[in-house]
Amino acid sequence: MAQAKSAGERRVTLLVATRKGLWQLSTDAARRSWRLTGPQFLGHIVHHCVADPRDGRTMLAAARTGHLGPTIFRSSDRGRTWHEAQQPPAFREGSSRIVDHTFWLTPGHASQPGEWYAGSSPQGLFRSEDGGAIWRGVDGFNEHPQRQAWCGGDKDGTPDGPKLHSILIDPRNPDHMYIAMSSGGVFESNDRGADWRPLNRGIRADFLPDPNAEYGHDPHCMRMHPALPDRLYQQNHTGIYRLDRPADRWQDLGATMPKSVGAIGFPVVLHPRDPETLWVFPMDGGSVWPRVSPGGKPAVYRSVNGGKSWQRQATGLPKTQAWFTVKRQAMTVDARTPTGVYFATTSGEVWGSRDEGRTWKCLAAHLPHIYAVEAM
Amino acid sequence: MRILIPGPLRSYTAGASVVTAQGATLAALMHDLDQRYPGLRFRIIDEQGAIRRHIKCFVNAESVPDLEPALAATDEVMIVCALSGG
Repeated sequence: MAQAKSAGERRVTLLVATRKGLWQLSTDAARRSWRLTGPQFLGHIVHHCVADPRDGRTMLAAARTGHLGPTIFRSSDRGRTWHEAQQPPAFREGSSRIVDHTFWLTPGHASQPGEWYAGSSPQGLFRSEDGGAIWRGVDGFNEHPQRQAWCGGDKDGTPDGPKLHSILIDPRNPDHMYIAMSSGGVFESNDRGADWRPLNRGIRADFLPDPNAEYGHDPHCMRMHPALPDRLYQQNHTGIYRLDRPADRWQDLGATMPKSVGAIGFPVVLHPRDPETLWVFPMDGGSVWPRVSPGGKPAVYRSVNGGKSWQRQATGLPKTQAWFTVKRQAMTVDARTPTGVYFATTSGEVWGSRDEGRTWKCLAAHLPHIYAVEAM
Repeated sequence: MRILIPGPLRSYTAGASVVTAQGATLAALMHDLDQRYPGLRFRIIDEQGAIRRHIKCFVNAESVPDLEPALAATDEVMIVCALSGG
């Protein structure tokens, strides 16, 4: 009788979402050789593609093109065939807002198969209860009387538009959720999205008139540890932060990074089993924010003590003249032992480490601008 | 009436470059098109009922700014997608 493979044996597939389509990068059991397949949705801007850990075969991809409106494609056979959502995320008619693109996808709670959440640009929160076919706005956020104040306007976002991202569902309680917005900050709901409150104390917002504002911050990426859901980490516009609930004041971890590198970046990823271990990919946030590897010397930084100290991990990466930009969804980990860590660049390269960041290897190159990489 | 479908939307029409649909206005025509080719309307009309930024619609070779124009059964509607960006 066939037995389910443990996390230590499972093959890994990376879902590589790019500005020109979707690719899959699959490895053998040893994670030594990788095979690139695709593209799917060639010519579509794919902001995110995520596999459903609840069934191991459903995948959702958020797509649009430069000239057609945004949509979501669904697969129930691990990406072999795709069907378009019957009702993609859209704001309420009469709200004067339109979804430019769906930016972020999150599978719902384990107890609610078929439930998914989507975050959009401009900031909107949407839910599907049927595996991604029909999407409805989460009115508790999209119609909240404070929404306009929290989200700001077109000037309060990234060059590619303001975004709602980092939708986190508490594995202990499906009603308990977090979201993050660039800009807007981090928000928490205890009633499945019916109401929200800001959760930004301790986060510096030195680009705002009030650096201690209640909201209006710019979290780039926020993660919840799967084995310790009270532990949150955040890579923010102003550094790296950690929050241990039920506390509501974030701890600034940025000062522990080398000053020559700084604490600016977009992604943060967590070890799947050890809440003390995390990785970031620092980028230059000086002067006009080049958003490339500081000095053209790319490196991942790992902490194994919850952000108290960091180790540079650059073995195998180019030593000089490599100006990598890694977007907030373009870094991930697998569930294997030792954990594989992966990141992808806007210049179309996918890099991977099968030894928790000690050594790196280029797994794919010459792809289009990469927005996201997710492991399944 | 005849509707001319641009290349990027032909995945919805099984590759057809010309289809037929009905409607007393352009808005009604778009709803009928969506009934026949599900999903097509939202790619070109946003949730507030406006023609998307990079899409143009022509009725009998005349550009129209919105979905209000009345249509006759003999009219020909052309949908055009701009190929924006690199």
